[in-house]
Amino acid sequence: MEWEAVIGLEIHTQLATKSKIFSGASTAYGAEPNTQACAVDLGLPGVLPVLNEEAVRMAVLFGLAIEAEIAPYSIFARKNYFYPDLPKGYQISQFELPIVGLGHLDIDVDGVKKRIGVTRAHLEEDAGKSLHEDFHGLTGIDLNRAGTPLLEIVSEPDMRSAKEAVAYMRKLHELVRYLGICDGNMQEGSFRCDANVSVRPKGQQAFGTRAEIKNINSFKFVEKAINYEIERQIDLIESGGAVVQETRLYDAAKDQTRSMRSKEEANDYRYFPDPDLLPVVVDEAFKAQVKTTMPELPDAKKQRFKEQYGLDEESTAILTSSRPLADYFEIVVKESACEARICANWVTGDLLAALNRSGLEISDSPVSHERLAGLLARISDDTISGKIAKQVFEEMWQGTASADEIIEAKGLKQITDTGAIEAIIDKIIADNPGQVEQYRSGKDKVFGFFVGQVMKEMQGKANPGEVNKMLKDKLK
Amino acid sequence: MHNKSIAELARGLRSGEFSSVELTQAFLDRIKRHSSLNCYVTVTEDLALQEAKAADDRIAEGDATLLTGIPVAQKDIFCTQGVKTTCGSKMLDNFIAPYNATVVDKFNQAGAVMLGKLNMDEFAMGSSNETSYYGAVRNPWDLNAIPGGSSGGSAAAVAAGLTVCATGTDTGGSIRQPAAHCGITGLKPTYGRVSRYGMIAYASSLDQGGPMAHSAEDAAIMLQVMAGFDERDSTSVDLPVPDYRAGLNNPIEGLKIGLPKEFFGDGLNSDVAAVIESAVNEYRKLGAHIKEVSMPNLKLAIPAYYVIAPAECSANLSRFDGVRYGYRCANPVDLTDLYVRSRGEGFGKEVKRRILMGTYALSAGYYDAYYIKAQKVRRLISEDFKKALSEVDVIMGPVAPSTAFGIGEKIGNPIEMYLSDIYTIAINLAGLPAMSVPAGIVGGKPVGLQIIGNYFAEDRLLNIAHQYQQITDWHQQSPKGFE
Amino acid sequence: MSLTTDDVKKIAHLARLGIDEPDIDSYARDLSGMLDLMTQMSELNTDGVIPMAHPMDQVQRLRPDIVTEQDNREQFQAIAPQVEAGLYLVPKVIE
Repeated sequence: MEWEAVIGLEIHTQLATKSKIFSGASTAYGAEPNTQACAVDLGLPGVLPVLNEEAVRMAVLFGLAIEAEIAPYSIFARKNYFYPDLPKGYQISQFELPIVGLGHLDIDVDGVKKRIGVTRAHLEEDAGKSLHEDFHGLTGIDLNRAGTPLLEIVSEPDMRSAKEAVAYMRKLHELVRYLGICDGNMQEGSFRCDANVSVRPKGQQAFGTRAEIKNINSFKFVEKAINYEIERQIDLIESGGAVVQETRLYDAAKDQTRSMRSKEEANDYRYFPDPDLLPVVVDEAFKAQVKTTMPELPDAKKQRFKEQYGLDEESTAILTSSRPLADYFEIVVKESACEARICANWVTGDLLAALNRSGLEISDSPVSHERLAGLLARISDDTISGKIAKQVFEEMWQGTASADEIIEAKGLKQITDTGAIEAIIDKIIADNPGQVEQYRSGKDKVFGFFVGQVMKEMQGKANPGEVNKMLKDKLK
Repeated sequence: MHNKSIAELARGLRSGEFSSVELTQAFLDRIKRHSSLNCYVTVTEDLALQEAKAADDRIAEGDATLLTGIPVAQKDIFCTQGVKTTCGSKMLDNFIAPYNATVVDKFNQAGAVMLGKLNMDEFAMGSSNETSYYGAVRNPWDLNAIPGGSSGGSAAAVAAGLTVCATGTDTGGSIRQPAAHCGITGLKPTYGRVSRYGMIAYASSLDQGGPMAHSAEDAAIMLQVMAGFDERDSTSVDLPVPDYRAGLNNPIEGLKIGLPKEFFGDGLNSDVAAVIESAVNEYRKLGAHIKEVSMPNLKLAIPAYYVIAPAECSANLSRFDGVRYGYRCANPVDLTDLYVRSRGEGFGKEVKRRILMGTYALSAGYYDAYYIKAQKVRRLISEDFKKALSEVDVIMGPVAPSTAFGIGEKIGNPIEMYLSDIYTIAINLAGLPAMSVPAGIVGGKPVGLQIIGNYFAEDRLLNIAHQYQQITDWHQQSPKGFE
Repeated sequence: MSLTTDDVKKIAHLARLGIDEPDIDSYARDLSGMLDLMTQMSELNTDGVIPMAHPMDQVQRLRPDIVTEQDNREQFQAIAPQVEAGLYLVPKVIE
């Protein structure tokens, strides 16, 4: 039988607020355990939550970006369950009436476009962390993360393969970083994915029983976990078994999913409106204000880069993969007055390679956009050749000098005095009569030899175009 | 000194007739002498004397408020930094809050002296103060009777002169009913008027802190300090606080009083009914007009309340899990055992009953039938009040169907106990302000008149109560042995 | 409406609430009594009534995104039953 997978994703994005969703404690990552858990985060008696405006703004911004309905009136509810990393014994979340309603995201898999529905996105608080290192057979609880704002983004079950699921997840990852609402750091858990997977005979309308795979923390693992789960379910059904609705955990080391019985035990969450919080009202004025902060979104930017700069698909994809990189590129083009394609080659080539080698982000680049623009401006006005520019770039990467300072100090300025070039060409032609003979008898390849000789003589500082032209004239 | 009003004491302190240290010491001595009433869970003697000394300095500097140097006591539901806050429970027997409740901060800023923390029903769940881990409180008017609950320690302490005044909290009548049973004046403010920050939650959409004192004037002075917006409480209302004393002497001629016929039906003790009628008559003499109003859904307030309050409490009390503070069972074998035994051993029977009820009402399959239904009934009850209060200025009636019952009399029958809250519970569902004012004595035990007003009409309620207290002296009577 | 002892045990587990075996019957009886009281509500027609979660029709106030809390771990953990290396300790959590 031919099977079809049905996949929906629930993605938890940590919102990049400074303080927590219901308290004034810091959300910074990596602090000493429990030093960023205040009385509210610890669920001490009598303390109360007050909602962070920035979390609401970010949720609304996201909703507007996926063309979703923004609820004019949304409600926080308590989701009740006992777990040591959940200090109050309930998580403040949204159940009925989430802040973001139905929206969508378009993905592209192997050139085929597909629209994935986003059912809803709701605000909630993150839980703390259980540390399972051995404390005399006990578990340690760190509540620094407790109360960090999360936007849980729930997709429709619109995906039919692990590849589509990954494409959706990547698209969402790119979007939330573009919007500046999430740092997207998957190692630190800022962007986490649960996948609902089921299979059904191809052509069947009804959904099969689904399993939920929890907390998959990389794109690679999402693909592997879903593929494993699809295979597992098909094998199970084909061998006469039935899929059980359950929560499963992906074990990356073994590349398999396993049942998480502990989470199954009691899933009667007893949701009810949190009486400590009042309905959140998002009016037209608030929405309009948020809209003014909407950046250019990835799809629009890609389209514009192709049209405005005449870039190919590949460079466009690289340059628009993050907003800071795209911004960097655009500033370089503007300030250098250099051809956009050359700028693109430099940014996607030398710059990104150097960043990768040093493990740096574009925002931490030792060569700022002003300095790179300064370098490319010198290519553009023929002060130096592209080859010399690479040498200058290396110097710039190591130090703080500008391109002009390096060119000046090292005397790298391109020789444009045609008289000087001509004299050297004449000398080389005179010194190499054999090669001249070969060239003139039709061996074009020898031309490179002459170029090389001239450039060597001139220490690379001649304009290669000029040298080519003059050589061709002289060798005629 | 223990029967003087706040205003009189403040005058005495300013004139140098006595110091706050002397005043405080006098109350501390009385607390010791009458410790068998069991009003206090914690007496903060040293701290009180320190605060009194500081208050004397402040008075000398001419920087005093009306409450500076006045001994007050806090219901043990308000968190006090550095002083144990038990909420009447074994669960918090070792709990020292690292912060003050906003209400406590406000009394401190006013320069009041805290005598200690007052006994209460466990987590404010009870109408008799018998559910306290620290034992029942005795009613100074009848040592075998309950003082009412849950603010039983507060009411008994004020009545017995073991504090000048006290804070209370009211979720279903917990200020008004003990005030009535102990012959003092209590005010449950409009929901949102007094900050709930640091006040340990029982049912968050119903809980409200308020003053308990001898007179409406004292209550007005207290409320002046307690009321106001708090940015740490999302449900706190950002409205200006009026000067509650300013209007106390306004004439009430022409006041329209509504008497809901449902407040005077079966179940109301006839002697209590007679007291209420005579109080209403006093108002007639003051020029008030009386009108019958109707609260058709009143009877359903009890079932609605006993869904909503337990539902909220079942979640509010989940944080008591033996992990970060409070009681932890010995040698838990695993995580579930830690939870089940810490909570099982830390909570008393009434608390458990309500947690179970709330858990059940919220659980899958019952949510709509119980919780949503109760919320709908809540709206209808609230609309009954709105309608009535569009016809009259205030509603009057009894606080409780009878005077204080005996200790042990109803503890075995929780439902009967719940039904005794019939006249107070609906007000919390609607979020309205209401007072209990001493209006008579039946069989040696006090009876309270309830006055219910419109949202944020505390100033009006205090004015109406004060006018009554100008022509009656029920609020000045002391129980025998405590004069 | 009446609850069985099994119902009580189930709810008690959901609430992680230890109940002494001899008390289960009395809880079952009390809770059943409360449920009887609640069935009174079903007599009232509430079709079309909007549930009321709060006494007043107010809306949520929003707090500016500012860090206002300092590290108070020492104070908070002074009242904790069991801590080590800044962590709250609980019996082993099995996933």
